[in-house]
Amino acid sequence: MWLARLDTKASPYLYIAPFFVIFAIFGAYPLGYTFWVSLHDWDLLAADHPFVGFDNYSKLLGDGDFWNSVLNTLGIFVISTVPQLLLALWLAHLLNRQLRARTSFRMSILIPNITSTAAVAIVFGQLFSREFGMINWALDLIGIDAIDWRNNKIGSWVAISTMVDWRWTGYNALIFLAAMQSIPKDLYESAAIDGANPVRQFWSITVPMLRPTIIFCVIISTIGGLQLFTEPLLFNSGPNPIRGGPLRESQTMTMYMFENAFAPHFNFGYGSAIAWMLFALIVVISLINVLVIRRLGNSTRKEG
Amino acid sequence: MSIFPIYWMFVVATRSSDAMGQIPPPLTPGGNLPGNIENLFANPDAYFLTGMLNSAIVAGTVTVSVVLFSSLAGFAFAKLRFKGSNALLLVIIATMMVPTQLGVIPLYMLMTQLDWNDRLAAVIVPALVTGFGVFLMRQYASQAVSTELIEAARVDGCSTLRIYWSVVLPALRPAAAVLGLLTFMTMWNDFLWPYAVLNDPENPTVQLSLRALSNGYYNDMSQVFTGTALATLPLLIVFIIFGRQIIGGIMEGAVKA
Repeated sequence: MWLARLDTKASPYLYIAPFFVIFAIFGAYPLGYTFWVSLHDWDLLAADHPFVGFDNYSKLLGDGDFWNSVLNTLGIFVISTVPQLLLALWLAHLLNRQLRARTSFRMSILIPNITSTAAVAIVFGQLFSREFGMINWALDLIGIDAIDWRNNKIGSWVAISTMVDWRWTGYNALIFLAAMQSIPKDLYESAAIDGANPVRQFWSITVPMLRPTIIFCVIISTIGGLQLFTEPLLFNSGPNPIRGGPLRESQTMTMYMFENAFAPHFNFGYGSAIAWMLFALIVVISLINVLVIRRLGNSTRKEG
Repeated sequence: MSIFPIYWMFVVATRSSDAMGQIPPPLTPGGNLPGNIENLFANPDAYFLTGMLNSAIVAGTVTVSVVLFSSLAGFAFAKLRFKGSNALLLVIIATMMVPTQLGVIPLYMLMTQLDWNDRLAAVIVPALVTGFGVFLMRQYASQAVSTELIEAARVDGCSTLRIYWSVVLPALRPAAAVLGLLTFMTMWNDFLWPYAVLNDPENPTVQLSLRALSNGYYNDMSQVFTGTALATLPLLIVFIIFGRQIIGGIMEGAVKA
C-alpha cells in the first residue's frame, strides 16, 4: 500500500526529471556561463583568464568587423524574411481553396524544408556560381551580364536569402494554411453578401484573423534569420570561409562569433560577448516586429 | 520551383563532372551514378560512409530517447497531479524561446572538460530530451489519453510506469510518430553544433562530410552532388511514406502553440 502511494507521489517528478537534468547541464548552465565568460579575457591558450568587466563589450562597439557582421545579418534577414512571409501568405491562400491533389501540393511545398541546409547551400552555391551557374546563364538569356555572386555584397546577400526562402517558405505557408482553416466560413459568406470582393476579403478578414499566427511566424523567422550560419558558411568556400568572403561580404554575426571563439582566434571571452549582443538584437527586433504587426492589424480593422 | 533544385541535384549526381560546364545545362539523368558513388566512397577527404553511419547512430539514438522521455514527461504533465506542475511546465515552454547559439561556446568548454570532443556523445547527450517534445506530448496526451482508463488501471493495481507503458504510450502513438520523424530529420540535418564540436575529419556526421567534400581545392561537382543526393535520400523516402503525418503534425502544432 505504501509502495503504491510512493509511486503516485514520486513518479511524476521522476518522469519529468530527464528534461530538467539535461536542460540544467546542457542548456541553462551554458547560457549563464556565456555571460560570465564574456566578462573575462578568456584566451584558450593562456594559463589564466583575468576578469575585465565590460571591456569585451566596449571593444566590440568600436570593432568595424563586428558592425559589418551586424549589417550583413540584418540585410540578409530583411531581404529573406519579408518576401518569404508574403509569399507564404499568398501560397497558403491559394492552397486554402478547394484544389485537386491538395496533399501532393502540400508535400511538394514542404520538400525543401526536409532537405538539409548543407545540401541546399551546396546546390544553390552551384546555381549561383559565376562561371557555369544556371542563374547567370538564365540572366544572360535575357541580356543581363553575369554577376559575381560571391564577391559582391548585395549579390551574396541575395544568393543567401534565396536559399533561406527556398527552404522556409513552404513551412510558413503550411502554418498559415492551418490557421486559415480555422477561420469560420460564414465570415466570408456574409462579407460576400455585403459585396466585398476576394481581395477585400483577404485583407479585411484573413489577414486580421491570422494576426497571432503571423506574429508567431515572424518571431520564429527572426530567431532563425538572425542566427544564420550554415548557408553563408557553405556558400563561401576556400581557405577561410568563416570570414564570409575575401572582404567579409557575407559574414553574419554567428560566423563572426565562431571566428573569434574558435579557430583562428580562440578568444572565448570576446566570442561570448558577441553571443550576448546577438541575443540582445534578437530580443529587440522581435519586440519591434510585434509592435509593427499589432499596429498593422489595427489599422486594417479600423478601415474595414 | 520547390522541386527543381532537388531534381537538378539528382540529375547532376547521375552525370559526369562535365555536366556542370555544359551550356545549356543538361536536364535529364545520365548513366554515371555507379561511378560517382564509387568515387565518393573512395574519396579520402570525406569519410562519407563513416559520416552516414555516424548520422544514423546519432539521429536514431536521439529519436528513441526524445520520444520516450518526452512522452513520459508529457504524460506526467497531462494526467498526473503533482505540486508545482504548472510552474514547471511554464519553465519548459520558456526554454523553447532561447536561441541555441548563445550556449555554443560554454557547451564546447564543457565538452572539453568531459573529454567528449570529437565523440558522438557530444552531439547525442545534449539532445536526449527537448522542451518542444515534452510540450507536444503534453498537448496531445491531455486530449488523446482517457482519464477513465488510467483510473481503471490504477484500481486494478497497476503502477504508474505500467500504466504509461500499456495505456498511455499506445494512445500517444500518432504524436510519437510525428515527434520521432521531426527529431530524426533535425538531427540528421544538424550542422552547427557538430561543426563546432566534431573537429576530427575522420569522424564526421554526414553533413560535415558534405562540407569536406564541397570545400576541397579541386571539386568533382558530380561527386559532391552524389553525396548531397545520398544524404538527402533517406529523408526523402521517409517523407514520401510519412508525409501526411508530418504535415498534419506541423499544422496542428502551430495552431495550438
